[in-house]
Amino acid sequence: MKNKIDYSSDWNLDPAPESTSHIKLKKKYELFIGGKWVKPKSGKYFATINPATEQKISDVAEAGQADVDAAVKAAKKAYDTVWSKLSGKERGKYIYRIARLIQEKAREFSVIESLDSGKVIRESRDIDIPLAAAHFFYYAGWADKLEFAFPNRQPKSLGVAAQITPWNFPMLMIAWKIAPALAAGNTVVLKPAETTSLTALKLAEVIQEAGLPDGVVNIVTGYGKTGAMMVEHKDVAKVAFTGSTGVGKIIMKSISGTNKKSTMELGGKAANIIFEDAPLDQAVEGVINGIYFNQGHVCCAGSRLFVQESVYEIVIRKLKDRMESLYVGDPMDKNTDIGAINSKKQLDVINEYIKIGKEEGAEIYQTKCTLPKKGYWCKPTLFTNVAQSNRIAQEEIFGPVLAIQTFRTVDEVITKANNTPYGLSAGVWTDKGSKIFNLTSQLKAGVVWANTYNKFDPTSPFGGYKESGHGREGGLHGLEPYLKFD
Amino acid sequence: MSRIEVLKTYKIYIGGKFPRTESGRYYQPEAKGNVLGNICLSSRKDFRNAVVAARSAQGGWSAKSAYNRSQILYRIAEILEGRKTQFSEELIQQGSKKAQAEKEVDLSIDRLIYFAGWCDKYTQIFSSVNPVASSHFNFSVPEPTGVVAILSPEESGLLGLISQIAPTIAGGNTCVVLASENKPLCSITLAEVLSTSDVPGGVINILTGNRKELIPHFAAHMDVNALVYCGDNSAEIKTIHEAAVDNLKRVMIRDGGGYVSDKYENPYLISSLQETKTTWHPIEKIGAAGSGY
Repeated sequence: MKNKIDYSSDWNLDPAPESTSHIKLKKKYELFIGGKWVKPKSGKYFATINPATEQKISDVAEAGQADVDAAVKAAKKAYDTVWSKLSGKERGKYIYRIARLIQEKAREFSVIESLDSGKVIRESRDIDIPLAAAHFFYYAGWADKLEFAFPNRQPKSLGVAAQITPWNFPMLMIAWKIAPALAAGNTVVLKPAETTSLTALKLAEVIQEAGLPDGVVNIVTGYGKTGAMMVEHKDVAKVAFTGSTGVGKIIMKSISGTNKKSTMELGGKAANIIFEDAPLDQAVEGVINGIYFNQGHVCCAGSRLFVQESVYEIVIRKLKDRMESLYVGDPMDKNTDIGAINSKKQLDVINEYIKIGKEEGAEIYQTKCTLPKKGYWCKPTLFTNVAQSNRIAQEEIFGPVLAIQTFRTVDEVITKANNTPYGLSAGVWTDKGSKIFNLTSQLKAGVVWANTYNKFDPTSPFGGYKESGHGREGGLHGLEPYLKFD
Repeated sequence: MSRIEVLKTYKIYIGGKFPRTESGRYYQPEAKGNVLGNICLSSRKDFRNAVVAARSAQGGWSAKSAYNRSQILYRIAEILEGRKTQFSEELIQQGSKKAQAEKEVDLSIDRLIYFAGWCDKYTQIFSSVNPVASSHFNFSVPEPTGVVAILSPEESGLLGLISQIAPTIAGGNTCVVLASENKPLCSITLAEVLSTSDVPGGVINILTGNRKELIPHFAAHMDVNALVYCGDNSAEIKTIHEAAVDNLKRVMIRDGGGYVSDKYENPYLISSLQETKTTWHPIEKIGAAGSGY
């Protein structure tokens, strides 16, 4: 290994920070209800901080029961008096406006997203925000074509949708929720995750600017209990949630016995499988993207790697080399690969799992990078010598931690890969077409990436089997959870 | 002296076999003042055994070609056609008028034919090739949800039962069905038809018994993927929703009666018990197309 690059030596790039001078943020955000900014009746506010610096960015309102009531009332009024009476064509044109305005303000959105979430600017700029705009653009076009999507079914809107989004892809998940809801003719009360409210509030400004009728989209901020008030509200016809399987189950319990429709995008523990005949360099890139994309804060992350025994040594060597070349640090720097962990709370969870992994006897490897002093950080981590029963191979960690196992035969790896209550996604790496189709048809997962990983598109249905949730987001399939049929 | 009639012992149907309930219990539903028989009062253990049978049959059933599944559903209808009289008589025994009974049997056969035809067609209706912006080939297909537990319609002991079973198995699922509690005769005779119709053992399992007793077990079992409830008892629906949460079963609430209507003839009864799987693969020159891996 004479020519190997020593990444731990002087291998630094000059800083390339994205400017934050062009963004407009308020010091204090109120609730967006009925098309207006209103003070929370709860009187409460909480701080949203930059996880890379631990500095406060803004204060955000915490919606209480009276605020949620007002938001649902505004949404219901907008549904009854305006939105449900509008033609699909006109609805679509409003949604197109939103898509365009997001594109026009894409730079501002991506900078705010990275500041508020710790996500690297390269990803928010190239993935999150463009995809969010694309989702609105895609679903805008469906608004006047629903009858063609569901032949012989007479699709009808549901009413008020309560939508609760996560902190890992704040703006993108909002787009996944709002765009199909509006296209199908529903009105919305949306609550972003408490650590990442800012792009949602920025979107409220876009919605005002787009001239959307008052109350069609209402944005309330707050913690889980605000979400619970939305879910339990009697005038809500639809609940859409993206988050952990644990919280998803609480929500499903609370709406049991009601007619509320639901979409649940929950946790995952995806298998990413490398066969000996795979293009190994590409596979290693895919594994890196699979687990270290967005700091591993990805429900479909390829967090369980299965490597065929015959190529195990070489894959591990290549993987470690590639990990060493990852830049961890300032999310605003355009060269950074891995940004800040979203919150102190999540960092504690990840560190606890790293401790568990070590205690369970797995072998840890972390890169030699230096971490900034302030902020929440986690080095890219992998575990070898992992047993199928280990908690790090069974439970969702939601961080940059990879658990690696080996296998010999196709049947063995299928059994191991499917041996989980989750079923959101999976990855397969092999050059053999027939093997790909064997694997992709046998893996119990809603999304299967073959010779690729972590790809998303508005036209592509996303969602899980088993305890990873139900319903699909994206594509024609993503309309159905927002409609009822005769 | 008239001939002494041979009375029938009614059994349940698990994994292609006809046991009596392991519990040894029975009940005696009545119609027009007559006891219908000593019907098995199935237990939680019977249900669990049936789920094991359904799970082991699921892989093989869903791996069969759609053409083959279609022929097997058609075969059920053929065998049923030959035993029309027996089913009519049982329906009459359970309280139906003759004309009504005959119509129910005819509709049941026709409904099987209807869903036999869907086996190799619904996949095309519900699949898509998705025009993603990056250089990938991307498609979505329906796949069976897995093991489905069915609390079949109480008021429609044959037609309602078949209207639930047919779309479930047409879609590659296997099932465990609780028959109508008060009108169970046809369900047991149907099991006899199934066992001679090329349906592999375990694909359809039929239990008789007390709905109230079995509902919590049907809803809570951790190896059942979906639950179909036919009825409108709001307390039962709440119990089911709550218990189904533990493994996030898919829950379908359907009608308790009215199966004569052709609204039970549509492919959405199949698609509601399917998952959507989306597969991605890069298209050549990935780097040039800017998609990366």
